[in-house]
Amino acid sequence: MVNRNNPGQTLLQVKRLEHSFTIGEEYVQALRGVSFEAKTGEVTAIVGPSGCGKSTLLYLLGLLDRPDKGEILLDNKSVSQASDQVRTELRNKNLGFVFQFHFLIKELTACENVSMPLFKAGIQRKEANKRARSVLAKLGLGDKAERFANKLSGGEQQRVAIARAMVNSPSLLLADEPTGNLDSENSRKVFQLLLQFAREESTAVILVTHNPEIAEKCDQILRMKDGQIVRD
Amino acid sequence: MLMSLFGIIFGISFFVITQAQTSGFQEYFIKTILGTNGAIRISDRFQDVDETVSKISQDGKIKFKFQNREGAKYIEGIDYPDKIRNALTAFPSVNGISEVFEDNAILQTKSRSQSIQLHGIKISDHLLVSDLKEQVTHGSISNFLRDNMGIIIGSRIAERVNLKVNDRVNIVGKLENFQLRVSGIFESGVSDIDKKRCYISLPTARSLSGTRFGGSIFQVGIATPEKAPQIAAQIQETIGHRSVSWQEREKVWLDVFKALRVSSAITVSSILLLSGLGMFNVFAIMVIEKTRDISILRSIGFTRADISSVFLWQGIIVLFFGIIGGIICGILGTFLVSKIPMQIRGIFKSDTFVVNWDFTHYGWAILIASLFVGLATWIPARRAAKVEPAKIIRETL
Repeated sequence: MVNRNNPGQTLLQVKRLEHSFTIGEEYVQALRGVSFEAKTGEVTAIVGPSGCGKSTLLYLLGLLDRPDKGEILLDNKSVSQASDQVRTELRNKNLGFVFQFHFLIKELTACENVSMPLFKAGIQRKEANKRARSVLAKLGLGDKAERFANKLSGGEQQRVAIARAMVNSPSLLLADEPTGNLDSENSRKVFQLLLQFAREESTAVILVTHNPEIAEKCDQILRMKDGQIVRD
Repeated sequence: MLMSLFGIIFGISFFVITQAQTSGFQEYFIKTILGTNGAIRISDRFQDVDETVSKISQDGKIKFKFQNREGAKYIEGIDYPDKIRNALTAFPSVNGISEVFEDNAILQTKSRSQSIQLHGIKISDHLLVSDLKEQVTHGSISNFLRDNMGIIIGSRIAERVNLKVNDRVNIVGKLENFQLRVSGIFESGVSDIDKKRCYISLPTARSLSGTRFGGSIFQVGIATPEKAPQIAAQIQETIGHRSVSWQEREKVWLDVFKALRVSSAITVSSILLLSGLGMFNVFAIMVIEKTRDISILRSIGFTRADISSVFLWQGIIVLFFGIIGGIICGILGTFLVSKIPMQIRGIFKSDTFVVNWDFTHYGWAILIASLFVGLATWIPARRAAKVEPAKIIRETL
């Protein structure tokens, strides 16, 4: 078991990952043998041109999909071919995911969106709401906790999505272009939040970005091209 | 979804109301025939000539029995009524035995005459196996008890020949003709009986016919009328006389009622089916619209079962309120229908719509509604649970 109080330990090992899928009738070989490691308390940036397999890699790491070949070891345990039940539980308790387009449930308030993983983890509504408000307050959204998700600005929605990913204190946080739709000021804020979270909680953060300035500030950069890591 | 809820409410209430009506008519019909002709009627027999051939193979698989009736004597009616009566009292479920001597006769008044079917009875016995007391609309049973030469006539006969209580009529039998006094007029509601049947005392009937002994039948009352076929079979096996249960006697009508009930149940179930289809559509569209939200929930750790349960619970809630509303409307509707004035004569007598309050109707309605709603919810819920988050997210971007 990785000691969260001791940053710099290897949390994630990715070995020769291959993955393909079809979109309509088009066959896409998205990943062609990707291998790397991620450590606790560090931020890893994945960069590369569109269609090079960055998002696909993130979905596999987030256990939303299964690789065709290769292995993903989380905390030294192979999870890539684990049962649906195990993967679902890991998603709830060990992983946090920030999507490019926020992916909030618009019929729920910011607080309810953030509380969702906690409800699922079996935490009482009152306690879950308290923790959700606390995380939202840390991200500067304390006064907007009761607003419906679709009534928030783009930057605020992205921060709510980050709060939802952070609320369970995951050991691995994955972010797919979290600053992609934000202005430079909001991009800087969001990145700072992720960096701070990685350092304070000893969480391994992996983010996909097109922003070179953000990538340069990360502890590790993985450059991808045609489904492979070309240089890091 | 609101339309589906109303559909369930209407479906359940209509189901209950139609079943209450059809089964109400059936129950009333059964009550009438039990109160008129009794649960079991025992009549003729073939004399047992004791010629029976039977064979059982060594392994016991083949059994063969043949009873030879060639040359057996046919005996009309009951020849030894006292012995049969004694035998019948040994059956614990038998709660009344009435000997009835049936014969045809002519009823004559000053102006008209009519052929009738005479039923010679001992009134004290007959009241145990029939509702004759309740069926007497004019005059009384006590008039008949007091007067050996009294007659109770069917209401349709009284109308036709214009007879009133205490009027005198001439009855022409096979051997004799007597002047009798009208003690009462009865109405069973069964038109065939009301226009033909007259009750007189058993000795008077025998005298009119010139039959001193035999030829009568037994009308038997039992504590559990629904078990009449089994009891009739036991009686026939024991005493050798033909014993017919009310179910066998009235099979045609009972089948008609059964067909009506099933037909109305199928018709009304279609409302529930349509509600189910409406609900299915709503949920199916909802699953398509909510695939993105489902993917979000799956990505933060909600299981397939959690996703299904979101939809299933919605279905359960709609079904629950549908059942509550349906039961309330069903009770109110059945009560209102029971108050609709409607004169029915022919196979029974009623002046309002007849309904039957039966919990099983509600049970069936709930079961059918649950089945349709369950399927309408379960199929989309299953589809929702199968949503692959990565695929949906990839396609959304």
